[in-house]
Amino acid sequence: MSSTATHHVSEEAIYHEAEWHEHHHEEHNGHDHKDTFFSTYIFSQDHKMIAKQFLFTGIIWAVIGGLMSALFRIQLGYPDEHFGFLHSLLGNFAPDGKIDPQYYLALVTMHGTIMVFFVLTGGLSGTFSNFLIPLQIGARDMASGFLNMLSYWIFVISSIVMFSSYFVQSGPASAGWTVYPPLSALPEAIKGSGTGQSLWLISIALFIASALLGGLNYVATIINLRTKGMSMTRLPLTIWSFLLTAILGILSFPVLLSAALLLIFDRSLGTSFYLNEIYINGHAMVEQTGGSSILYQHLFWFLGHPEVYIVILPAMGLVSEVLSVSSRKPIFGYKAMIGSMLAIGGLSFIVWAHHMFVSGMNPFVGSIFVVLTLIIAVPSAVKVFNWIATIWRGSIRFTPASMFAIGFVSLFISGGLTGLFLGNSTVDIELTKTYFVVAHFHIVMGVAAFFGLFAGVYHWFPKMYGRYMNNTLGYIHFWVTFIGSYLIFWPMHYQGMAGLPRWFYTHNSYETFNHMGDLSKFISTMAIIVFIMQVFFIINFFYSMYKGRKVKEMNPWEATTLEWTTPIEPMHGNWPGAIPTVYRWPYDYSKENGEGFIPQTEPMKPGEQVLHH
Amino acid sequence: MTTILIVGIVILLISVVFQVSKTSEMVTILKGAAQSRKDATKIIALMFLFFGPIFLIGCFWSAVHFKDAFLPESASVHGVWIDNVFNITLIVTGLVFVLTQVGLFLFVYLYREREGQKALYYPENSKLEMWWTIIPAIFMTVLVVTGLFYWFKITGPAPKEAMIIEVTGKQFNWIARYPGTDGKLGYKNFTLINDNNIIGMDTTDEASHDDIIPTDLHFVVGKPVKIIINSRDVMHNFDLPHFRVKLDAVPGIPTTFWFTPKYTTEQMREIVKNPKFNYELACAQICGQSHYAMKMAVKVETQEEFDKWIKGQSSYYQTIRPAAPAIAEANATNDEKTEEKK
Repeated sequence: MSSTATHHVSEEAIYHEAEWHEHHHEEHNGHDHKDTFFSTYIFSQDHKMIAKQFLFTGIIWAVIGGLMSALFRIQLGYPDEHFGFLHSLLGNFAPDGKIDPQYYLALVTMHGTIMVFFVLTGGLSGTFSNFLIPLQIGARDMASGFLNMLSYWIFVISSIVMFSSYFVQSGPASAGWTVYPPLSALPEAIKGSGTGQSLWLISIALFIASALLGGLNYVATIINLRTKGMSMTRLPLTIWSFLLTAILGILSFPVLLSAALLLIFDRSLGTSFYLNEIYINGHAMVEQTGGSSILYQHLFWFLGHPEVYIVILPAMGLVSEVLSVSSRKPIFGYKAMIGSMLAIGGLSFIVWAHHMFVSGMNPFVGSIFVVLTLIIAVPSAVKVFNWIATIWRGSIRFTPASMFAIGFVSLFISGGLTGLFLGNSTVDIELTKTYFVVAHFHIVMGVAAFFGLFAGVYHWFPKMYGRYMNNTLGYIHFWVTFIGSYLIFWPMHYQGMAGLPRWFYTHNSYETFNHMGDLSKFISTMAIIVFIMQVFFIINFFYSMYKGRKVKEMNPWEATTLEWTTPIEPMHGNWPGAIPTVYRWPYDYSKENGEGFIPQTEPMKPGEQVLHH
Repeated sequence: MTTILIVGIVILLISVVFQVSKTSEMVTILKGAAQSRKDATKIIALMFLFFGPIFLIGCFWSAVHFKDAFLPESASVHGVWIDNVFNITLIVTGLVFVLTQVGLFLFVYLYREREGQKALYYPENSKLEMWWTIIPAIFMTVLVVTGLFYWFKITGPAPKEAMIIEVTGKQFNWIARYPGTDGKLGYKNFTLINDNNIIGMDTTDEASHDDIIPTDLHFVVGKPVKIIINSRDVMHNFDLPHFRVKLDAVPGIPTTFWFTPKYTTEQMREIVKNPKFNYELACAQICGQSHYAMKMAVKVETQEEFDKWIKGQSSYYQTIRPAAPAIAEANATNDEKTEEKK
């Protein structure tokens, strides 16, 4: 069924292409009534515009999500102080200028949800899959421009629903971003599990619909719409990473949807999938027994773990591309890079229970997941070695993009290695649910994925807007963020080794943890500084959009891939003439005497060494 | 007023940086992109070169500096095994960490763009790639084998002589129950829970009559203890940081963790050189508003001290009995049954 559908789509695209010339002429002659303000900027079906829409929405969400973290870090760093502006900003959620304990949990929950789903999935994957897939595989647009537009607007509706939960009286969802029941199922247990949690579930259900529409489109496009000569082994690694990300999403998001649906049933229809033997608010819930909250954890992490790779794979793809272009060298071990991504993608489905070593799950089951989890470290290590080998004996050009890519590799090493502590169930007993975990995942999938995102934005900004971003601001942004992120998250390992649990409103109530105050204050100060310094990116982005230095050459980075064969500001349809044909792999940098680069569109010379077909 | 001042200064600083950056962009246009990149390259490459060692030394220095803040030596037998696996992992990952970070920052400096620097067309090397797949795989095998060896020892069945304690989590405190002289915990049922019968003890089961619900946890040094962990409302996590114990408390699904305390509270006070030191039980799973304060005092003592302490405790049945008439109607039938038996 689906194969016939995609086949139909590709036929339509071919038909579309035949019409292209004529259509384009019409546009120039002003006879075309199709392109109104609405169809160009709002309900656009042009993948490039949709990518920018995703990027804008992602930036807005990142500011909101970052602000939340700055707010709750104020509480953690300065637990005894009162700040008037908190009251002005949050009203009753911060009486006397001190954040209410329940609202603190709401902030933590929303920060996680926003960053993981709305910024690093919607913002990152949505932006670059949309922008780069057609441009780099040589297609006029996505397989279905309409579904693509739908995917974005469902994302917007989902965003609005999520944002509206800030304004309900009982506050937004507060049960942690994983929203484990029974806490998330019982408004009596925490206020945020009332209307706020309902809105959270509705929003996530919509988000899943958006992610699925997007993902199916990406896969269909990559499989069917590659230009002549663009075999799978001539695809840039960006495209491979987007393909695997989309497949991961398609296979895992429906499971989250089922988890969310069952939770909705438990909350509103009186079922008990996750509830058992609960006494709350002065009464025993005798009607709802026999469920298991561990079931929810299995369902959640069956998405939750692949989700980590949904976040990091696109970043890996972007970094691979940027590193190769700026080192003026082919990516080292192209096939090993694809192989390791396939391995990571496959394994990501069978490691989920390493989040649950201390959930009461059978220890034997846990042991299987230890083995599988540590296996996934091998392809990850291969990727790191290959990146380092890529810059080895290169001729590295420092652009903000390449610096963020280098930073990504450093962060991915640091955060990846701490995964070996947590993935080993024995050590996990000590470290799980402490700040060590917070440090680990923030470095490896939070900051690292952000670095991939930044590398991508700085690198492809000229293609998006026909202007450059300001380099000096980019350099400052990089160093502040790079050094700052380590200063924020590195000390958290130490807090974790001191046993400090996550989700604590304050750690002053324990003798065991109250010596952590100074370190927390330091982390909070750094977090707030790094958050404020992101203003350099925001200013740079919006200023350069209108006033940046103009791009004068088609291929400013001297890259080999197809997006740089389009006009400086490509129109809907990307290439004014015929779509280019591809003759070689995308990494022929410095092939001739250590200099120059050979675009993918250049035919092989007689006798030239062929690497990939 | 100071807030406004700070905000003003921050805005001023940002606009200064922005103006300077704008000027530098003008210079770029005048000099040409290639030339200005060349000028910036030297500085950036040096910054990476300096960042590398500062970062690595900083990591090492801070770890030593904060050593005293970490959890002290494990207070349980199995905790030492956990610390061993931790240390082995630290050595392996530390080695990889230093090698890769040094390689990264060194290469970034060495192979920067400059006069005469030619990139090497070097797309692959199967032998090299094979080796750096096999070597990590060997290290992983070592970590998995050591880890699981201890994992099965830790999660294996508790020794027969283990003392049994039931701990129930609720918003927002822990309820401990000791089985009393008969060594058996009486039945309980969540439908029997009320203000007087906080864990829903089934008083028709005579094994429950001598059960003790104290206000703090007491363990005997050197004696294995098996904790049966329950929750009566949402999920909690039974977290004894000093003993390296952590396990979720899941409503309706009892979980168990056994371990052997190694040092009494007194001994631990000497080890950490803090006469006021106390063990604490924490909740490590987000459970609501006062999650951060859901704690219980823990004491490890000798068998004699423990026996003396437990003798001084009265059974929970005794404490709730006098209040029996006041207990809600729901319990009336149960009480009648108990009366009949007597």
